[in-house]
Amino acid sequence: MTEEKAERNEMTGAEMVVQALRDNGVRHLFGYPGGAVLPIYDELFQQDDIQHVLVRHEQGAGHAAEGYARSTGKAGVMLVTSGPGATNAVTALQDALMDSIPLVCITGQVPTTLIGSDAFQECDTVGITRPCTKHNWLVKDVNQLAATIHEAFHVATTGRPGPVVVDIPKDVQFAKGTYVSPQTAPRTSYQPKVQGDLEKVKAAVELMRGAQRPMLYTGGGVVNSGPEACNLLRELVELTGFPITSTLMGLGAYPASAKNWVGMLGMHGTYEANMAMHDCDVMVCLGARFDDRITGRIDAFSPGSKRIHVDIDPSSINKNVHADIGIVGDIAHVLEDMVRLWRAGPKQDKKALHPWWEQIARWRARDSLAYRNSSDVIMPQYAIQRLYELTKDRDVYITTEVGQHQMWAAQHFHFDKPNRWMTSGGLGTMGYGLPAALGVQIAHPDALVVDIAGDASVQMTMQEMSAAVQYEAPIKIFILNNQYMGMVRQWQQLLHGNRLSHSYTEAMPDFVLMAQAFGAHGIRCEKPGELDDAIREMIDVKKPVLFDCRVANLANCFPMIPSGKAHNEMLLPDEATDEAVANAIDAKGRELV
Amino acid sequence: MNAHLQPTGSAYFIAKETQKPERHTLSVLVDNEPGVLARVIGLFSGRGYNIESLTVSETEHEQHLSRITIVTRGTAHVLEQIKTQLERIVPVHRVVDLTVRAEELGKGSPLERELVLAKVTGTGEARVEALRLADAFRAKVIDANTEHFIFELTGKTSKIDQFIAIMKPLGLAEICRTGVAAMNRGAQGM
Repeated sequence: MTEEKAERNEMTGAEMVVQALRDNGVRHLFGYPGGAVLPIYDELFQQDDIQHVLVRHEQGAGHAAEGYARSTGKAGVMLVTSGPGATNAVTALQDALMDSIPLVCITGQVPTTLIGSDAFQECDTVGITRPCTKHNWLVKDVNQLAATIHEAFHVATTGRPGPVVVDIPKDVQFAKGTYVSPQTAPRTSYQPKVQGDLEKVKAAVELMRGAQRPMLYTGGGVVNSGPEACNLLRELVELTGFPITSTLMGLGAYPASAKNWVGMLGMHGTYEANMAMHDCDVMVCLGARFDDRITGRIDAFSPGSKRIHVDIDPSSINKNVHADIGIVGDIAHVLEDMVRLWRAGPKQDKKALHPWWEQIARWRARDSLAYRNSSDVIMPQYAIQRLYELTKDRDVYITTEVGQHQMWAAQHFHFDKPNRWMTSGGLGTMGYGLPAALGVQIAHPDALVVDIAGDASVQMTMQEMSAAVQYEAPIKIFILNNQYMGMVRQWQQLLHGNRLSHSYTEAMPDFVLMAQAFGAHGIRCEKPGELDDAIREMIDVKKPVLFDCRVANLANCFPMIPSGKAHNEMLLPDEATDEAVANAIDAKGRELV
Repeated sequence: MNAHLQPTGSAYFIAKETQKPERHTLSVLVDNEPGVLARVIGLFSGRGYNIESLTVSETEHEQHLSRITIVTRGTAHVLEQIKTQLERIVPVHRVVDLTVRAEELGKGSPLERELVLAKVTGTGEARVEALRLADAFRAKVIDANTEHFIFELTGKTSKIDQFIAIMKPLGLAEICRTGVAAMNRGAQGM
């Protein structure tokens, strides 16, 4: 190394953080300053390459970074201070862990000499975040800092993506050391397998060829694998003629408008998707993990099927459900092999699948997403349908909170592209959607970003409206306001004798006045006849919007697989009488849910 | 895995386990870095797996590799999960189920040894008996005065258990055990 070069690589820890972010292609980060990260904030102040977005709470920074990551496929980055800064980030870290979102969280820490002394704003950040990250590091030596941050990006974005934390004591931020560039050689103990075992893929394709009632069951892993995986999935469906369903996380990987789509599966999935899963003879699971919301009663889950499971995480295979062929690898790589092998084999007569498709058509004819519309009150399903119809020709991204509105959004908003649907699936984090929308809007400034929200969830992270106003991020918060924690109430009706314990919000804020207080735009709509105009107003306003959509208070989310039931025991909307709802779950189920 | 499970009435399906739990010994090769042991045992406590014995030491100093030996108990399904979950931990290099490997190699079960230090206090006949029995177990006396012995003994867990049971009525005052160190017989490495 020449002397000049060596000098250039000599820098403080804080400078290294900014340089490492730059070298890892970071353009935006979400954060909140505090004592233990002030040196890094000082460096951020003196540069223009990276835009810092100031949130109002560290949880908001985390969800915004998640929204950024899910909508771009790149790592989301957050920067928070020690102690409460780090503990406030924990919900977002666990959320990213469960939904496999690449998230790099940089935390400040008290100076190394004070660690363990119960110093001001000290907490054991690596201890607290160990179970809610893919990996984490406490950097005590400034000369290890650059390499650690590079490794953090590598770990977060490769294999099964996930959140990582780099905890940097304040004295390390001030100390001078040598910066190293991102290295290509990863550590020897971390080498995710991307190429699937070809023999197993061959066996899988043979099994698929012989299928009479095949089913493709896809998940968030396809979206995470990238656009190539989504293209290959379309090709595979085209070649095989198989029906395809998806988990909540995988919506958009295959177009909802395409003919082989049978809708989402699981607890609130379509009747045809769940029945087809139950009756199929060959199930091809791509990048999904047989979550309990998907399988229903597991001993009655798809009893007659042979199962192929492709996942980049070996621990997902055989975890909840036995796989007859388990293939460890990246979805895009495995799909490439599958498509090639399928093409190379004998030409299939798609007519062989006709009886299966006819059966699916009979299930579909039950119209399981139907609901009784009203001309007096806005039905929540109708609100989502109108939102979809009025935005579908735009460049639209949807985030959600968690609850009934989330399920209605998944059922009635349709996605033709991946990375357009940001929702908290695994952890089920109320308050996710608003800050996530901020993150999405920062990544896609010209797009239409809508958070389909509930009145309860949205109040959990409402403070980020202030950040949206500050950054002129025109996010649209479309609140299905039924005055209840709707999903809590639905379960109280199902499980607890309709005793609605604390699920009604008696002191609902005036969302329109609230919007005005933030400097945003408020809209209230109470009549179905006024809904379209109100939605158009929301789209046209070049400001963040809080849309208070007053919907039918007591609507429930159907169809539903009641607790303890199998896929073929769905409760359909036309059967969901009060009595059926009350008796849907037996006493034992009530105990266990 | 599905067919034999009994139905319950919950979306949180509580599986009625019909597989028999087995005792297995795992060797885990990890980077010796701060927090690595916490990651491993945090995985066991967080996911509800059992640890019957745990032994850790750096075994390859140049590469800073530690070998963790874990004796655990679980059904075949849980044991497979333990292995794959351990392999997800970034600083974990390799996980070998020594019990499975021994069967594959046709070597019965893995070689397992534990070391115990046992302090036995007393005088008179009990003291003589303790020394005589220790000799029968081939334990070494590593410290003694007129009122106590400290014995050192290595052997299989069952042998150590037996030694401790015998010493108990003879004035056993203190025990320290290392936990199991294990490897497979034969020329092949881990």
